[in-house]
Amino acid sequence: MSLKKSPWLLHYDGSSCNGCDIEVLACLTPVYDAERFGVINTGNPRHADLLLLTGSINHQNEEVVRNLYAQMPEPKVVLAVGICATSGGVFADCYNVKGGADKVVPVDVYIPGCAARPEAIIDGIVRALGVLEQKRAAAEKKV
Amino acid sequence: MESLIPALTYLLLAPLAGGLLAGVDRIVSARMQRRVGPPLLQPFYDVAKLFSKGDVEVNGLQYPLALCHLVFMALAGALFFAGGDLLLVIFVFTVAALFLVAAAFSSASPYSFVGAERELIIILAAEPALLIAAAAIYKVAGSLSFLAVAASGTALITRLPGVFLCLVYVLTMKLRKSPFDLSYSHHAHQEIVKGITTDLGGRSLAFIELTHWYENIFLMGLVYLFFAFSLPLGLAAVALTYFLEVLADNTNARVRWQLALSSTWGITLLLAGGNLLALYALGAK
Repeated sequence: MSLKKSPWLLHYDGSSCNGCDIEVLACLTPVYDAERFGVINTGNPRHADLLLLTGSINHQNEEVVRNLYAQMPEPKVVLAVGICATSGGVFADCYNVKGGADKVVPVDVYIPGCAARPEAIIDGIVRALGVLEQKRAAAEKKV
Repeated sequence: MESLIPALTYLLLAPLAGGLLAGVDRIVSARMQRRVGPPLLQPFYDVAKLFSKGDVEVNGLQYPLALCHLVFMALAGALFFAGGDLLLVIFVFTVAALFLVAAAFSSASPYSFVGAERELIIILAAEPALLIAAAAIYKVAGSLSFLAVAASGTALITRLPGVFLCLVYVLTMKLRKSPFDLSYSHHAHQEIVKGITTDLGGRSLAFIELTHWYENIFLMGLVYLFFAFSLPLGLAAVALTYFLEVLADNTNARVRWQLALSSTWGITLLLAGGNLLALYALGAK
């Protein structure tokens, strides 16, 4: 129960045009106020429960994303925000682009859109909380 | 035995009161930013979650150091409310803060180091004010014990207005509020990664949050001491002081450490030192 009520998120901008990043920050503004659900935008992977990735994966940010994911404590959930993070979008065929976030880390929730709307991002976060609970339940079963 | 009851009450109820205070703080902050804000019990949800997270210590030292931080802070507050010597309370309070610095220095992260160094600056800045406050309280009330001063009915605030104002200034640092939240802030994404807690997560971070609740209630007790002659006035003073701290937090940008240190020492020298000198000059008992 407590996991669900206190999602702290880490936002990483891979190679996004900043459209999705602005929308992620818009979620925290007075209009959408994601803190109503206990969401805190922390800048620290060790404190984070959710990893929000925007932009496509390329050869330069691949290691960074993997590193950030590894530093987050279990249970953790990854959200691919925007069409670039979900599949590479219009950049998928570029020589320097590897594709979506799922090329390097396991993605649990895909939030498409160009840019993804704040409503969609908040909806995605709420869905991610369900996944987080499932992961914890699965981890407890294993022990 | 009589002093045991307030100490035990503090140990049991301070986390509860401190958590609620943090919840009110977050709602009031949100309203100041025209947001709805989180539920009142959000700080409790956060701490419960941190305890349920996986093991994330980066070395074997962090966890015991964070635990010591909690134990010594609770001890400082319990000593204070039990009527212990105020100088000893301040000493234990500082030791508690140093454990947090040690926990941050034990990791290899440069961000953690920057946070720890800034925390040391905060301790350095705040210490003279606390010690002068203790000396001034002894000069006026003739005792260094919370219970004795409260029972004597001495109106500290009328004799020590400068010391009180200086203490409120220093409180901004200790409550981790802007403009002096150099090493750690509760607000989103404001520091160099996450300041002093960069490498602390899970249960270690939960201990630090709990410690902060103990600390806040102790500091509010210190504010109350100046108005201890009247219970309603004391509680009103505590509420108003905390509100002003939240207001300052939401209306100020963080200052550089040089300004934080020099302004605090300046204010301490002028207000608290001046107040103390005036007491001696006027030959007041």
